[in-house]
Amino acid sequence: MVDVTLARKSAPSGTFSWLFARRGRQGFDWSDALTYGFLLLGVLVMFTPVLWVVISSFKTPANLSEFPPTVLPYSAERVEVEGYAQPLPLFEVAGEDGEVRLLAQIRRVGLNAQMIDPQDVEAGPFTVPVASAVPLRQVNFVLENYTNLLVGQGGDIWRYVYNSLFITVVATVITLIMNSMAAFALSKYKFRGRNVALLAILATLMIPATVVLVPTYLIVAQLGLVGNLWGVILPTVATPTGVFLLRQYMLTIPDELIEAARMDHASEWRIFWRIILPLSSPALAVVAIFSILSRWNDFLLPLIVLNRREVFTLQLALASYQNENEIRYDLLLSMTTLTALPLALSFIFLQRYITSGIASTGIK
Amino acid sequence: MAKLVLEKVAKSFGLVNVLPGVDLDIEDGEFVVFVGPSGCGKSTLLRLIAGLEDVSSGDILIDGDSVTHVPAADRGVAMVFQSYALYPHMTVRQNLSFGLENIRMQRPEIERRVGEAARLLQIEQLLERRPKELSGGQRQRVAIGRAITRDPKIFLFDEPLSNLDAELRVLMRIEITRLHERLGNTMIYVTHDQIEAMTMADKIVVLRGGVIEQVGAPLELYNQPRNAFVAGFIGSPRMNFVEGTIGEVSGETFTFTSPDLPAMTLPRRTASLAAGQKVSVGVRPEDLIVSKGKGSGWPVTVSVAEQHGANSYIHCSRPNGEPLLIHQPGQSAVERGDILNVSPVPARWHLFDASGLRIEIEPGQEMAPPILHTAIQ
Repeated sequence: MVDVTLARKSAPSGTFSWLFARRGRQGFDWSDALTYGFLLLGVLVMFTPVLWVVISSFKTPANLSEFPPTVLPYSAERVEVEGYAQPLPLFEVAGEDGEVRLLAQIRRVGLNAQMIDPQDVEAGPFTVPVASAVPLRQVNFVLENYTNLLVGQGGDIWRYVYNSLFITVVATVITLIMNSMAAFALSKYKFRGRNVALLAILATLMIPATVVLVPTYLIVAQLGLVGNLWGVILPTVATPTGVFLLRQYMLTIPDELIEAARMDHASEWRIFWRIILPLSSPALAVVAIFSILSRWNDFLLPLIVLNRREVFTLQLALASYQNENEIRYDLLLSMTTLTALPLALSFIFLQRYITSGIASTGIK
Repeated sequence: MAKLVLEKVAKSFGLVNVLPGVDLDIEDGEFVVFVGPSGCGKSTLLRLIAGLEDVSSGDILIDGDSVTHVPAADRGVAMVFQSYALYPHMTVRQNLSFGLENIRMQRPEIERRVGEAARLLQIEQLLERRPKELSGGQRQRVAIGRAITRDPKIFLFDEPLSNLDAELRVLMRIEITRLHERLGNTMIYVTHDQIEAMTMADKIVVLRGGVIEQVGAPLELYNQPRNAFVAGFIGSPRMNFVEGTIGEVSGETFTFTSPDLPAMTLPRRTASLAAGQKVSVGVRPEDLIVSKGKGSGWPVTVSVAEQHGANSYIHCSRPNGEPLLIHQPGQSAVERGDILNVSPVPARWHLFDASGLRIEIEPGQEMAPPILHTAIQ
């Protein structure tokens, strides 16, 4: 008896049980409806634009400029006709007698179009008013945007990918080392002015990045790093949030461990590398994620420092697809999708650390 | 060979003077226990010896060489921490060999030492595990093992058993004692548990407020406490103290009176007694003779009789409400509310003066050996 009731009460088990979790695990409460409604709204608000971009990146330029826009990518159906080099677009043409015929368009002249019957090439081309012809279309995810992007323009995109990757990886590695060393000193050594130093570091959080943009540029220029990837990497390798987050985490590492290591003949460097760093890995992961995100998406600093096309990052290249004359929506959309992909992947794999890390920054 | 000498070792944190100046000699191979209530500076003293804190003044000598300004790692001491301080991200093997790798010892020698320590402590099957997969007792062994692999002159233990449950504590106590017998190194052990001190030490150092109150063998401290603090601290349950004044002093005896108790005539064993002097008589719970009904002793009322089976602890209250504890071997027939007559076993009581110092017994008037009680007469 007990077993039966227990079994009935227990929530659906398995990986996706959280999807159907309910309040009190019995029946469907009105608060459940509210909760799910709210969450659904959130999902729609967050995901519709992303989904729109991804779907649109598979549309042809003609399809993109259509009004009203279509949800799914459509393209005209084409057919090979003997005697014509290119495949011709198909149209449904209503004749004067009301009969609907499938015709291929050769060319369009004003309000009329020259068409040919693909079934009956012998009959030769004839003229049809455009008004009576409806293009025959089907859902078609075209990959041209991507192939144009990756292969076209002399493969410039790969240079941008390299630049972005180089900046992200190198800057993140340096950021982790610099921040963790500062955090180690601030959390585990007692010295005069320790709290002043920490406060000074935290105080820089109150200065908006845009305010220091020009001074930063001037320093970079003085160092001769304009147009150089290092000019983007170096100015922001030390982040106050990173130092603070790591310091707070390192405070939780017991001092006895460090004392034990010291008695074990470990130098301070070795204590840092062998004891402190491995034990702070959860906090390091969080700092790494924040750094990867901000570096990959960074726009303003690269925009002013990287002034040549060869050193453009992906974000700069993206921006360069729109100028005063035209906006290359096809390239813009496909590149946006590709650019967001690494971040989406890193989020999926590092989600665990992000949630735990953000939670810990809130508590301590 | 490791003889440790502390010469006027003082330590202050800011304005707080934790250790005003400690002088202590520890012979080679001795098992010394620092004991005292919390905050008495015993852990600080250990950390000074380890080199984890700098002394404010004074000198620490190991084998005659001053190590006051030698870094912790080079003093030839190894420490077992209260929290074990095992590196959580390393396996037991890595924990044991970390210190040896740091001095660039040859691999085969590291293997040999780790293997030896693991065999000695019976943790060979745990070498590939991480600390969090171990029980408290196993972690304790690994922490001791880490100290052993370094082959130190002096082992330092900082309350190593305080995180273990009572049963395991008894086992580890015996094990550490056996380890000391086998290794023969000098060991210094800090604890606030006087049972640990009594059972393990060759020499106990009782500290209070950074000052050494008494140094001596366990039973020496038990039988001849130098002052009321040591008398009360060593021994469990605590010694009973009865405050009062000395009445008549005659050739062989003197009378002791307490406001709430009838005067008692006790044999005089020392010359330095004056009528009217304020003193307190200290009697251990097992050194009280109990008789039911009227008698010549102190009348006390039983408030609780704890029956442990093999022992009985009878909590009594004096007429003025102050407690008095009686320990009797075996089982007791007394009940709550009974009036008992107690008097100290002849020559098993201590006399302390107003400042708490022991009034020494004259030579030839030694304390009687402890006696075994028989049932209530």
